Amino acid sequence: MENLIALLVAAPLLGAAVLLCGGRRLDRVGHVIGTALAFASFGIAVGLFVDMLGRSTEDRSLHQHLFSWIPVGGFQADIAFQLDQLSMTFVLLITGVGSLIHVYSMGYMEHDERRRRFFAYLNLFLAAMLILVIADNYLLLYVGWEGVGLASYLLIGFWQHKPSAATAAKKAFLVNRVGDIGLSIAIMLMFTTFGTFAFGGVLEATGETGEGKLTAIGLMLLLAACGKSAQVPLQSWLGDAMEGPTPVSALIHAATMVTAGVYLIVRSGTIFNAAPDAQLAVVIVGAVTLLFGAIVGCAKDDIKKALAGSTMSQIGYMIMAAGLGPIGYAFAIMHLVTHGFFKAGLFLGAGSVMHGMNDEVDMRKYGGLRKYMPVTFVTFGLGYLAIIGFPGLSGFWSKDKIIEAAFAYDDGIRGWIFGGVALLGAGITAFYMTRVMIMTFFGEKRWQPDAAGNEPHPHESPKSMTIPMIVLAFGSVFAGGLFSLNEAFVKWLEPVTEFHHPHPVISVPAITASTVVVLLLGAGLAYLQYGRRPVPVTPPKGSLLTRAARRDLLQDDFNHVVLVRGGEHLTRSLVYVDHSLVDGVVNGTAAGFGGLSGRLRRLQNGFARSYAVSMFGGTAILIAATLLMRAV
Amino acid sequence: MSFPLLTATAALPAVGAIATAAVPAARRTAAKWMALLFSLATLVAALVVVFRFDPDKVVNSPADRYQLAESHAWIADFGVRYELGVDGIGAALLGLTALLVPFVVLAGWHDADPEDDGKSKESVATGRWRPTQGFFALILMVEAMVILSFLATDVFLFYILFEAMLIPMYFLIGGFGDKAGAHGEKEAATQRSYAAVKFLLYNLVGGLIMLAAVIGLYVVGGTFSLTEIAEARAAGNFEMATNTERLLFLGFFFAFAVKAPLWPLHTWLPNAMGEATAPVAVLITAVVDKVGTFAMLRFCLQLFPNASEWATPVILALALVSIVYGALLAVGQRDIKRLIAYASISHFGFIIMGIFAMTSQGQSGATLYMVNHGISTAALMLVAGFLITRRGSRLIADYGGVQKVAPILAGTFLVGSLATLSLPGLAPFVSEFLVLVGTFARYPVVGIIATVGIVLGALYTLVLYQRTMTGPVKENVRTMPDLRVRELAVVAPLIALLIFLGVYPKPVTDLVNPAVDQTLSDVQKQDPEPEVEAAK
Repeated sequence: MENLIALLVAAPLLGAAVLLCGGRRLDRVGHVIGTALAFASFGIAVGLFVDMLGRSTEDRSLHQHLFSWIPVGGFQADIAFQLDQLSMTFVLLITGVGSLIHVYSMGYMEHDERRRRFFAYLNLFLAAMLILVIADNYLLLYVGWEGVGLASYLLIGFWQHKPSAATAAKKAFLVNRVGDIGLSIAIMLMFTTFGTFAFGGVLEATGETGEGKLTAIGLMLLLAACGKSAQVPLQSWLGDAMEGPTPVSALIHAATMVTAGVYLIVRSGTIFNAAPDAQLAVVIVGAVTLLFGAIVGCAKDDIKKALAGSTMSQIGYMIMAAGLGPIGYAFAIMHLVTHGFFKAGLFLGAGSVMHGMNDEVDMRKYGGLRKYMPVTFVTFGLGYLAIIGFPGLSGFWSKDKIIEAAFAYDDGIRGWIFGGVALLGAGITAFYMTRVMIMTFFGEKRWQPDAAGNEPHPHESPKSMTIPMIVLAFGSVFAGGLFSLNEAFVKWLEPVTEFHHPHPVISVPAITASTVVVLLLGAGLAYLQYGRRPVPVTPPKGSLLTRAARRDLLQDDFNHVVLVRGGEHLTRSLVYVDHSLVDGVVNGTAAGFGGLSGRLRRLQNGFARSYAVSMFGGTAILIAATLLMRAV
Repeated sequence: MSFPLLTATAALPAVGAIATAAVPAARRTAAKWMALLFSLATLVAALVVVFRFDPDKVVNSPADRYQLAESHAWIADFGVRYELGVDGIGAALLGLTALLVPFVVLAGWHDADPEDDGKSKESVATGRWRPTQGFFALILMVEAMVILSFLATDVFLFYILFEAMLIPMYFLIGGFGDKAGAHGEKEAATQRSYAAVKFLLYNLVGGLIMLAAVIGLYVVGGTFSLTEIAEARAAGNFEMATNTERLLFLGFFFAFAVKAPLWPLHTWLPNAMGEATAPVAVLITAVVDKVGTFAMLRFCLQLFPNASEWATPVILALALVSIVYGALLAVGQRDIKRLIAYASISHFGFIIMGIFAMTSQGQSGATLYMVNHGISTAALMLVAGFLITRRGSRLIADYGGVQKVAPILAGTFLVGSLATLSLPGLAPFVSEFLVLVGTFARYPVVGIIATVGIVLGALYTLVLYQRTMTGPVKENVRTMPDLRVRELAVVAPLIALLIFLGVYPKPVTDLVNPAVDQTLSDVQKQDPEPEVEAAK
């Protein structure tokens, strides 16, 4: 079975290559080819999963070595794959949700003239994401890491004729590149410390070096994770990334790619376990981001951007859990999977709403849509209940565990702080999601004819779109409960990630009860503000915090003033310096070798004869030099 | 005596140059085909050399280092010999040169066509001589000399070639422009003339200083032969005073740093690449400039190991400045070709940093970088050239929305851009990462600062792509045709190579690694051990 691992990647990669090189001939069938190959990969994944279940626990890590990639001295990088329980979980999520979103896109992108390219990019994304999670060393992981970044770039900017889309795509790539510095330095540190950057080798050698090195590696990995997973301070790209078509937001910017940072940290668990300072940094980043994203999510009127804030916040939970060490790894991944279901479902629901509303994204122009799109309403509603952690649904099982683990950070003040933040986040989540739900599906209809007189006629989306939504809704409802039966999910991952039972500072029933209370509080507040009162079509001015949150808590303003403006001034002055100073000084110095500077300036006005003169001069020097040599 | 394969490889383009120049004035197309055929024949010959070369041959004496060697007396009373030989590094660069020139020829197919608008008398390129024949003959001439300089194992022979290749390059830069000047043909001719003279004078000055050092080397060592010097050194008969060695090193290094080009000697490159046609710009940065970095590896490190070590801190600092400064200036450019030129300056910083990191990853990475940079810049610059020819402007601001009207052109341009920013999966990533890790292993701080290039590289390439290819379609772009078959034939193989060498660079690393190990033993350096190993 090992030999099938590469096929997981090969199928979508083939799809991308065929669709991109095939040209217009494939325009009519491109989406079918792309979807078929996504399903092929999913089929292989299921086959491998069944095979893995049949093996004993110790025997579940499969390896496939393809060939030696970069061999230079002690630096040995291989194209080799590793499929263990952690990778398998991701593979199933990626290919499963990925295939569903391919199906959804067949409906969503039906009238787009560049549909073939869209499916090519989706296939490319699947291939890269699979490389990321089944690579057996950090350098190959880097290839997948950057490959998903490329796919994300291409898909955010899919409607490139819109300057906003092109800018958002570039921004996402650039911010991720800052994170890549972290990944690069981490790999270089591993090489100089351990002599290897393969997962197995690093794992074995971790104990042989000091905590300082491990902390440095851990912090660099965290920087990488911040970029890819949109964590503070590298979170600013995710909101803009919503410029991409909605299936992309569901697959890449909610369910899979943005969770790669969580994978990276969990995969590097042995390093973090031995570097408590780095772990603390991870927890802090997660805690800050989970509040940051939640606050931003409360203020956005654009349905996708509200969901993007939510994604950021939920990944904050996962990162926080990953920073907690063996008490949190399994729950981080479990929340990642359940989030993959419900957040993908929510995004697809949002896409379905936009599909019926002439691509309107402003929730203030929705209202009362439950009557017009019942399937979307029900599936979105189930996703909503799941994400706020309604007891019994998926989010309840996975998020509650993270809150418990956060309270178990230590016996003292930090346990209280991190636990409190996680709990507070749950309340805000309930608030902003209830707000989205009410503004979209309840109340009066608020849409108007646009300038051209076209009034939206909301309608339910076609089957190709609703079926994936229904499947994901099932996952949103049942996955968490299934995973928690007998701690099945934790036991499945334990051989890879280890697992220690958390011992929170307050009792588990008390935590569960408080979670339900803050949930009701958040949802109730949102109901009071948006359900009881009519929603104004033009947003009210709002408090200082609301206004800041609408602007992503001013991070873009900071970036613009410091990085963009500052950078522009720097490059502009450097262009001046290069032209007048460096060039001038070097030319001037050269004047010492025979008035070159003056001659250069004179020659600027030269014509054909100047060539002849200077050429003659050059040749003369050459000949003179040669003769001189002979004479010596 | 066996067949002189190396001489034949270098002679093929030289013969081709003469044959092309001799084609009658009216038969321009024949001249083009002649040039293309000879460049392809050279490629075949170069491939034979590369495959005949055995990278794993055991080196027992300095003479074993260079394979397929040829040696003849040349200027006998002065000890100058015509000595050729090839090592792994030379073989890789020979392959690169022979590979790129056919694409340069094909890309420049119409660059030297006389204008048919009746105003040809005003055009510098269509004056009294046969521009088409001349253009392609000059390209082949450059190829011949570059190839020979990669093969020369006699210092004086190398010096002659190093200087002589300036002459055809000078005419290529000054004589042929891409008719995209903002202020008319006359102004463009002036700009070209300035760029060509600047190119020539910078390099001539570098060459003159090197000449002094070459003479000095002869005075000290009594020979120009690399092999003889190495043998003498091995036998303990080659002594150089510390100061002499340092001075000679500086003389050589200065010339190579001008050609490479290293900050602050780089200012000729943006002018030259901006004014020359795109294929000639590729010839400059992808082929000719590589002689500079190649020569650092072969001559500076081998001949002056102690001085090389002495100068390393300063050179690394200059390389770092090149990396960051070149990238920042690329961000600030308004002219597509100048932008690519500054990007090249940044990349040459990486190459030089890798060479002087004195680790196997650094130097193998640097050699691989030379190859990959050649291919990626060729891909990016040639597509940029196709773009510029269509619109008649080099200014970024004159473009916008090209992907809507010419998706294949835009797509290939994007791949070239991604290669330039070293996207993992494409060839330049492999070399850039090797250089970084090789530098980091010995000089962690330098390696970390250099990673800034990772972000800046993405900045200038993606900004360029965004401004030219995306957004609303600009007025003058609306009727732009997509890539033609000939143009696709240029770009597609380059892209295929970028992907292939990104996934499977082993053929090149296998070729280069043993030669790099040799160079490292010249400078008596070993790779630092990993901390965990060192502790045991």
